[in-house]
Amino acid sequence: MTVLSENAEDTENTEPQTATAVPTKADRRRRKPAGTRAYKVFRVAALVAVVLFLIAPLFWMLLASFKTNVDIYDTGKSFFFTPTGENYANVLQRNNYFVFIFNSFWVAFVSTALSLVLGVPAAYAMSRFTMHRSALVVLMARVIPGVSLLVPWYYVFSNLKMVGGFEVLILSHMFVSLPLIVYIMMSYFDSLPLELEESAQVDGLTPIGAFRRITLPLSVSGIATAGILSFIFSWNNFMFALVLSGSKTKTLPVAIFDFVSYASIDWGGLMAAATVVTIPIMIIALFTQKYIVSGLTAGATKG
Amino acid sequence: MSVLTPPRSAPSRKAARTRSARENFSGWANRHRKWLFAAPAMIFVGVLIVFPLAWTLYLSLTDSQGSVRAASEFVGVQNYLTVLSDVERFWPAVGRTLSFTGVALVCEVVLGMCIALLLWRPFRGEKWVRVAILLPLVATPVAVGMMWRLIFDPNIGFVNQLLGMVGIPAQPWLSGQDTALGTTIFMDVWQWTPMVVLILLAGLTSLSEEPDEAARMDGANAFQRFFFITLPLMMPTVIVAILLRGIDALKTFDILYATKGKGGGSFHEVETLNVYAYGLSFDYNQYGLSSAVLILFFMIIIGSMWLLTMRKKAVSK
Repeated sequence: MTVLSENAEDTENTEPQTATAVPTKADRRRRKPAGTRAYKVFRVAALVAVVLFLIAPLFWMLLASFKTNVDIYDTGKSFFFTPTGENYANVLQRNNYFVFIFNSFWVAFVSTALSLVLGVPAAYAMSRFTMHRSALVVLMARVIPGVSLLVPWYYVFSNLKMVGGFEVLILSHMFVSLPLIVYIMMSYFDSLPLELEESAQVDGLTPIGAFRRITLPLSVSGIATAGILSFIFSWNNFMFALVLSGSKTKTLPVAIFDFVSYASIDWGGLMAAATVVTIPIMIIALFTQKYIVSGLTAGATKG
Repeated sequence: MSVLTPPRSAPSRKAARTRSARENFSGWANRHRKWLFAAPAMIFVGVLIVFPLAWTLYLSLTDSQGSVRAASEFVGVQNYLTVLSDVERFWPAVGRTLSFTGVALVCEVVLGMCIALLLWRPFRGEKWVRVAILLPLVATPVAVGMMWRLIFDPNIGFVNQLLGMVGIPAQPWLSGQDTALGTTIFMDVWQWTPMVVLILLAGLTSLSEEPDEAARMDGANAFQRFFFITLPLMMPTVIVAILLRGIDALKTFDILYATKGKGGGSFHEVETLNVYAYGLSFDYNQYGLSSAVLILFFMIIIGSMWLLTMRKKAVSK
């Protein structure tokens, strides 16, 4: 929410109450006594425990991806071993992971871009004209179990000879992205004041012109939020790609899943593959933290 | 549109005509912008939802199997009767779906509230804790499933190593018939508690400080202030978190399929409704039956959402 509210403050000069309420609240937060010494110690310990709980498994995955399979089976070498890059070399070269990385990226990128083109204007109209029932139709897509859509889709698209092509995958991923984008952008547009558009129209812009030249430029951070989240969800999507992708369009999650269908598991390779999928997303998340948080919590605090 | 100026070399009359046509179009577009903006997205989602849903409903009334293209007969509610009287696969799957969702939600909301309270007041190093919270959330579920498979492996897994150090005997975890579902719930809690934390934290920071301050003046201790002031004020946000998380938890598929494979393991230990329906559709091609399962599943989801929304309205008042 931070991004959203900051922007709302920047533009909301017409409402002096919010402008004065915010600093006092921050002051009070700072002045608040931080509690007893025992509580402070407890708090630090609890926070360390939480961070360990969340990070340790990922760290373990990273460690294992640098171990030979012999070392993975040797419990004496949990933390001390000679790191090897062999797993990564195997995964990237022998298993064509560069192709899967490209597939995942391409599907996520195109489906996000198309969903933004369709979703941002739709969210704008739904927010400005309070089309709650129409919004509900789009948001229903978030509720329906994916399997119930896959059977008909598979039938139709295989008749059209489209299964195994990028188009089907992109369409199916758009189905996830579009509702997400509409949801995030609606709450963003709700927080943008109407006055700017109105004054732009008084100055002679058409309503669509006002949307394009005033509202859209003001919404860049909202659009970034929606776009980043949509990209992440598409990158992580498994079920649609499992059914609809072919050997040429296989995405990373499916490629990892295929890794274990062999008799014995190559743990080192599997962990290297799992790391290859998660690292790009985590790097994106590190740099766009603010946007991701604001997107995930969009609309959550309104009554 | 005003930015598009006609080419200068064009004959003036033609230019005038195109300009007026353009103005007409612009006027029309501006007048109908509500639907012009909303329609493409709605048509896209509508076509992709309404048609498949109608098809699923139709399939659930036929004996379609093998191939959707193969001839199928209309059998009325026969599939629903078969499914509803199936105590071997269907009802256990319903039970697993509900217990998975229920237990995961309780753990995530309680843990999430504790962590959100820990993070509420500013502290040094806040930035790094927030990064740590974000990482599980964005990690690819299939990769996360594989990661836990190694960590929970009965022989080489780190969890059993840790237990061994404190003298607890090795547990079968994912490969145990009784422990598999609990282990997958643990994975879900690990991955999605951060989501609940973020939502609740957004709610906490938007709370007004006055009621809390007043209670402090009146001598209420931290626990009293939380249970009688903060929690009631947070209820609408808590319900939003339950709603958002609940929908996804009911539909959990990725980590279950990634860790236990087809049919939720050899004893169907983690076979929830979604995994069951997926297996019926794509492993056994029983489209009629699977459609009936899906329609029932859908009704469970809608029903629980409706209940929660009602509850939220009651709380918000």
